[in-house]
Amino acid sequence: MMESAFVTVLIAMLGGAIRVSTPFMFVGLGECLTEKSGRINLGLEGNLVLGAMVAYAVSYLSGNPWVGVLAAGGSGLVLGALHGYICKLPKVNDIAVGIAIMSFGTGTAFFFGKPFIQPTAPRLDAIHLGDWTGNAALAQALQVNPLFFVGIILAVAMSWAFANTRWGLIVRMTGDSAASARAMGVSVDLVRFLTTAAGGFLAGVGGAFLSLYYPGSWNQGLSSGQGLMAVALVIFARWDPIRCIWAALLFGAAGAIGPSLQSIGISQGYYFFNAAPYILTLFIMIASARSKGAAREVPGELSITK
Amino acid sequence: MSFLPLSRRSLLKAGAAGLAAAALPMGFARAQSPVTIGAVYVGPRDDFGWNQAHSVAMEILKGVPGVTVVEEENVPETDAVTQSMESMINLDGANLILATSFGYYSPFVVELAKKYPDVEFRHAAPLWKDTDPKNAGSYFPYLNQAHYVNGVAAGLASPTGKIGFVAAKPIPSVLSNINSVLLGARSTNPNATVQVIFTGEWSLPVREAEATNALVDAGCDVITCHVDSPKVVIETAEGRGVKTLGHNASQAPLAPKGFITGAEYKWETIYKGYADNIAKGEPLPNFMVGGYNNDMLRNTAYGAGATPEAIKAADAAIAELVKGTPIYAGSLKDNTGKVVIDKSYDNYDPFLDGMNYLLEGVQGSLT
Repeated sequence: MMESAFVTVLIAMLGGAIRVSTPFMFVGLGECLTEKSGRINLGLEGNLVLGAMVAYAVSYLSGNPWVGVLAAGGSGLVLGALHGYICKLPKVNDIAVGIAIMSFGTGTAFFFGKPFIQPTAPRLDAIHLGDWTGNAALAQALQVNPLFFVGIILAVAMSWAFANTRWGLIVRMTGDSAASARAMGVSVDLVRFLTTAAGGFLAGVGGAFLSLYYPGSWNQGLSSGQGLMAVALVIFARWDPIRCIWAALLFGAAGAIGPSLQSIGISQGYYFFNAAPYILTLFIMIASARSKGAAREVPGELSITK
Repeated sequence: MSFLPLSRRSLLKAGAAGLAAAALPMGFARAQSPVTIGAVYVGPRDDFGWNQAHSVAMEILKGVPGVTVVEEENVPETDAVTQSMESMINLDGANLILATSFGYYSPFVVELAKKYPDVEFRHAAPLWKDTDPKNAGSYFPYLNQAHYVNGVAAGLASPTGKIGFVAAKPIPSVLSNINSVLLGARSTNPNATVQVIFTGEWSLPVREAEATNALVDAGCDVITCHVDSPKVVIETAEGRGVKTLGHNASQAPLAPKGFITGAEYKWETIYKGYADNIAKGEPLPNFMVGGYNNDMLRNTAYGAGATPEAIKAADAAIAELVKGTPIYAGSLKDNTGKVVIDKSYDNYDPFLDGMNYLLEGVQGSLT
């Protein structure tokens, strides 16, 4: 009995990691790209919420959820470009603009999202990877949305591009030393504008996952701060796309601990278990941030470290 | 301070109401004072939950001759609600304010009731005391009766008798709903159990979905909930192919395959009563509680998840509740084995308002 209960929790954590991690992944990768170029965009929560609303609305109106995903990315792109453009102006603080964009994004989403709370939009389908196991819980846990794989492929591609391509080098150089980039004839503002816009696109897609797959509906309380947490994840993952994926998976798995422990009868202390993702993050932060490597990996131009 | 609201807007409204009244064959609203009801909601009107239940009732009131309805949604439980209510009184000429969220009452409703003694204020939670202004008051149906009916139906509609309950916080009204589902289910299936997962917050869609999945994985084949907006829970459960029981408003459209029935408020009974009182110049009751016996609750029309036996048993349970048959008929133990209900208590007995236990048969704990 004890053993099967343990297995239940493990399966729930696996399922949680797969189901919950994707928005963290996309927002985290978007923020990673932006911060690599030396700019911070705290407004991705706004992109996420607006993306969720736009995805749901477009999916409902067009009948095709993938069109919704693209539209969500588009809305994120616009918000990201706005942030990128404003920050290009002299003496603008990117953190303050980010917070303004966050309020603007969520406010716009609530305003236009009103008529889409009631209707049910077509949602994204899952790929059933676990049906062969014959175990209902495992089969459920292994229902994976294609966006999950897109996120992983994207992380690998980003990681490779940062290390091996000219574009990746330019982004990294802009992030580490704007003066060197200028000396090379690279337009720092243009690079940061493009990375912020692209990062915004990814965050918008992350929002589409929330409204079109899991939990899969649009309402004003949909994102409970996932966008903000994902920004923190990037620091936690120390600006490495692959580590962003691990961090997102860890967050998803830890979030499943609370409900699944209650489901197997360990119901005492659920407030504590629900806090598991944050406690875990805190410990890993303390453990990892003290290493010398951590200081080396921070992009030199970030306004929080300058 | 003007005693006659003679703005152009209200004159037009009064004129329109008068015309409508004059056109009525029965003369229902004739020679009666016009009623303007202002309702304030804490969230969106279409949340598939608490706010929608109120809004549905207001829609019905719009059809009552002589009654004008003003609504405002997403009003936080801060000074903002005072401004909303004052603008309804001064600009729209509201003579009855319905404050539908728990935190609106003190100090906002109480203070405003003192400031506007000619306006009636009613609040949707049992908070009014004798020392509060006489033009304020409370109304509150006991939804646990409808959850009991849910349980009765689920006891027969569930193949395994395992019911999952996604709950927000362990406060008395939530606990009473959980316990009532259990007692209802045990009345038709003595082996039924209820497994509860607390999310800790009124609205956390991702954790609600996780909790629903965890309950289904644990073997529950009927899912119900007490959270602000049941949409995510019901849709997730439907997606997992299990049956569902609703809460607060009708969620039947969200679960075409598995919906059994749902616990719903019937606010329009109370609101129509108030409107009638005002139109006739009668005093409004200060404190109103109710349930099936005075038509303040209903169960959502049975869905595809209900079996014929379940429908029969649920209808019979409603008939019993209309007669006032007590739900908490002791003695009953809590899930740690302690006797918590020593005798039968009336459905409105204040003893039950302090509920701080889960009955034997419920898996879960409060902390």
